[in-house]
Amino acid sequence: MRTTITVNGEARSLDLDPRTTLLDALREHLKLTGSKKGCDHGQCGACTVLVNGVRINSCLSLAVAHDGDEVVSIEGVGTVEKLHPVQQAFLTEDAFQCGYCTPGQICSTLGMLQELEAGWPSQETAPDAKPAFTDAEIRERMSGNICRCSAYPQIVAAIRRAAEAMA
Amino acid sequence: MSSVHDWAAPNPVTTNRSGLIGKGVDRYEGPLKVTGTAPYAYEVQPPSPPAYGVMVGATIATGRITGADTAEAEAAPGVLAVWTHRNVPAQPPRGTRVHPRSTAGSRPALESDRVYHWGQPVAFVIADTLENAVAASHLVRLTYDADAPDADFRARLADAGQPPGEQDVEIGDFDAGFAASAVRLDETWATPIQNHCQMEPCASLVWWEGDKCIAHTSVQMVKPAQHGLAETLGIPRDDVRLMTRYIGGGFGGKGQTYDDLTLAALAARALERPVKVAFTRQQMMHGTIHRPATVMRVRLGAEKDGRLNAFSIMTWTHCHQDGTFTEHASNFARALYAAPNRLTGHRLVKLDLPGAGPMRAPGEASGTMSLECAMDELAERLGLDPVELRIRNEPPSDPENGRPFSQRQLVRCLKEGAQLFGWDRRMPTPGLVRDGRWLVGMGMAAAIRGNFLLPAKCSFSVDAEGVITVRQGMTDIGTGTYTVLAQIAAETLGVLLGDVRVEIGDSELPPAPGSGGQFGAASAGSAALAAGMNLRRAIAELATGDPNSPLYGDDPELVTFQDGVVAIENKSETLAALVRRAAPAGLTVEGDSRPAADMREWSTQTYGSHFCEVGVDPVTGEVRVRRMLGVFAAGRILNEKTARSQLTGGMIWGIGSAITEGNAVDPRYGSLINQDLAQYLVPVQADIGELDAIMLDEVDDKANPMGIKGVGELGNSGAGAAVANAIYNACGVRLRDYPITPDKLLAGLMAKGM
Repeated sequence: MRTTITVNGEARSLDLDPRTTLLDALREHLKLTGSKKGCDHGQCGACTVLVNGVRINSCLSLAVAHDGDEVVSIEGVGTVEKLHPVQQAFLTEDAFQCGYCTPGQICSTLGMLQELEAGWPSQETAPDAKPAFTDAEIRERMSGNICRCSAYPQIVAAIRRAAEAMA
Repeated sequence: MSSVHDWAAPNPVTTNRSGLIGKGVDRYEGPLKVTGTAPYAYEVQPPSPPAYGVMVGATIATGRITGADTAEAEAAPGVLAVWTHRNVPAQPPRGTRVHPRSTAGSRPALESDRVYHWGQPVAFVIADTLENAVAASHLVRLTYDADAPDADFRARLADAGQPPGEQDVEIGDFDAGFAASAVRLDETWATPIQNHCQMEPCASLVWWEGDKCIAHTSVQMVKPAQHGLAETLGIPRDDVRLMTRYIGGGFGGKGQTYDDLTLAALAARALERPVKVAFTRQQMMHGTIHRPATVMRVRLGAEKDGRLNAFSIMTWTHCHQDGTFTEHASNFARALYAAPNRLTGHRLVKLDLPGAGPMRAPGEASGTMSLECAMDELAERLGLDPVELRIRNEPPSDPENGRPFSQRQLVRCLKEGAQLFGWDRRMPTPGLVRDGRWLVGMGMAAAIRGNFLLPAKCSFSVDAEGVITVRQGMTDIGTGTYTVLAQIAAETLGVLLGDVRVEIGDSELPPAPGSGGQFGAASAGSAALAAGMNLRRAIAELATGDPNSPLYGDDPELVTFQDGVVAIENKSETLAALVRRAAPAGLTVEGDSRPAADMREWSTQTYGSHFCEVGVDPVTGEVRVRRMLGVFAAGRILNEKTARSQLTGGMIWGIGSAITEGNAVDPRYGSLINQDLAQYLVPVQADIGELDAIMLDEVDDKANPMGIKGVGELGNSGAGAAVANAIYNACGVRLRDYPITPDKLLAGLMAKGM
């Protein structure tokens, strides 16, 4: 099926098997292998990308369902020469080890910060209150992204550092 | 052979003139990882479009394949081939070593009609796209003649025997010492099967260039992977180039290769095109190794003052039918506490389960979950503080072999940890502290892990730009190998970190043992230091032998290296200028390192302490780890940032072991019940509270020329026991069957009338 998806600002026209997930379209068709396949079942978050500004598990979504959508993957966040503040903060705080969950953690952070800014509540948010930028909120909201190397304390530190840099 | 005394001589790492050793510099490959541009095995771009292989796992644990109907799969769209044991290309029998010095034998895939474990790959589908391969894999019809699996570990404890070639170790007379002790403890703990759950499932991409097999895979040790693949393919070892440049987690589970590599290589040869094969998350649980379950009986006999008179830890564990792997959960304890009468040993039973193997801190991770809780129980019976009980049992030398400790700062780890954590605020009586609905408690445990040094080689080059390139067949599984090799190179040659390149993860580079057992940095780093010293000598001789150098005619021993400049007193030139003029093609030298002949005259370990505070919800049985601190002594630290990350990661593994992780066997089918990350619960962000690791100053000059030791396993050792002890202190329920899940805790709380 002919599908056009805007990926990292560029319109990409693909002839796709309707069974192809958005994750496999990125990895196998567009050679954008930054988004990772950790479980293919929406359980680990390594495949997290932003679709129309909202974070999703790209392994749980069929690519043909995204005709006309705007997708930002890790390759659209920053480059080695010009790191995004979130990427720089992950590097500075050593918020990764093997690096396999990292693109998903970073894309998830970008989505999470916007959700927090927009006042979306989480389990940690008091009823009728605007969510605060606390460690508890960060931990709750980032729990869909597993890091088996367990860089969790460093990820919280990186998100705090990045938010400060972006403020 | 060298002596450890040779290592006491100053070298650029120990002198640390530029201060790069120990500095928490950012990860060398970090910019690639945070931008998603580090290619893991499945992501390498092959020279032509790849075909996609998908494995099909057995749905019995033991028996024979009686029928394989592949017609429908073969006829499915895009399918290039369907293999079972009936038509897979011929491979040498398992374990064949044509080359007598191969570090691994052949590992044939789809080798026979025999099924040894649930999930064993028994069919393989190759298609033009992943979607076509997956769809066709569901069309393969296999029929079996299944035997009843023997897979119930707890039912087979009485049948367990001595692991091959092992004996119990008894010192003094344990039975008499235990019987004569004033206070006795005799309890049994159990740990479940655990899965590594590396974020990157095992994957391989292979293509052929003529007779040469180019293989990208995800593996912790390069040479055995290369040799094993060559033996399986029946080709000379040099005809396999095996690369593993970025590895999405290993933890012991990628210490060997699996059928993804074998099948990708066979298919790429048969189809004459690149083939890539990845395990699914579900296939990882059965298709790769796991940490086996244990049952551990701990007996402690103490005098009233707390001094141990008799000590024993006996471990029962299991492995697969054709294996010998033993979870040595008793061994760590041999060097830990003083006691004149000691008994340790292991019992092994073979089961119809997937392969058992090493997982992070093999031995210690399970073993400390019994002994370090037993010490907590003993302290309570004696009315002693658990920290003080451990200090009273501190041995002056290795309690089993009498060797002096090269370094042992366990007591300092315990004391500093207690002070920094606020241990004095702990109430010795459980269940007395409340915070809202939460019962709050503190627990602690000691940590120990042995230290190893393995032979390694490394090459160093300098080019006409003054750039140093380190080349080594080493791996970085997230441990920081790239980074510490760059630091050693920069410090040794006196150049900026930005002027160092590191190339690892390639079988064509000088061999190193790989990543495992926390021996990586010490073994690979010592070889890097040796190569760096050899390059220093070559550069010094180049400068003092070149009539156009200001250093000409001087003693090469006097040349100094700093800030990219070679100098003798006030005569100097840049390294780049020297090489450009005197050796424009650059210089390359090798170095190697090996254990010293007299290393074993010392007992060399790494040590630590864990302190943990948990909340227990008495209504739901939920446990929350509120804060945790580890204090560690592990020799000189090469990079305080990456080392701390290793340690905190290990501590979080301990939290998982204590409260969430475990896989259950369905004895009817010999299968593991939890088959994905929604069922097998590794810790997630919300499970972790305030958590930190502190490293004490230490140099262990009996360990290697750099005075370093490893940290990758140490953080995990003892961490789970500290959590379990904190749970007991919070609510008074002592559970010895891990993980401590809400159902078990609620039953315990109700039994106490809470």
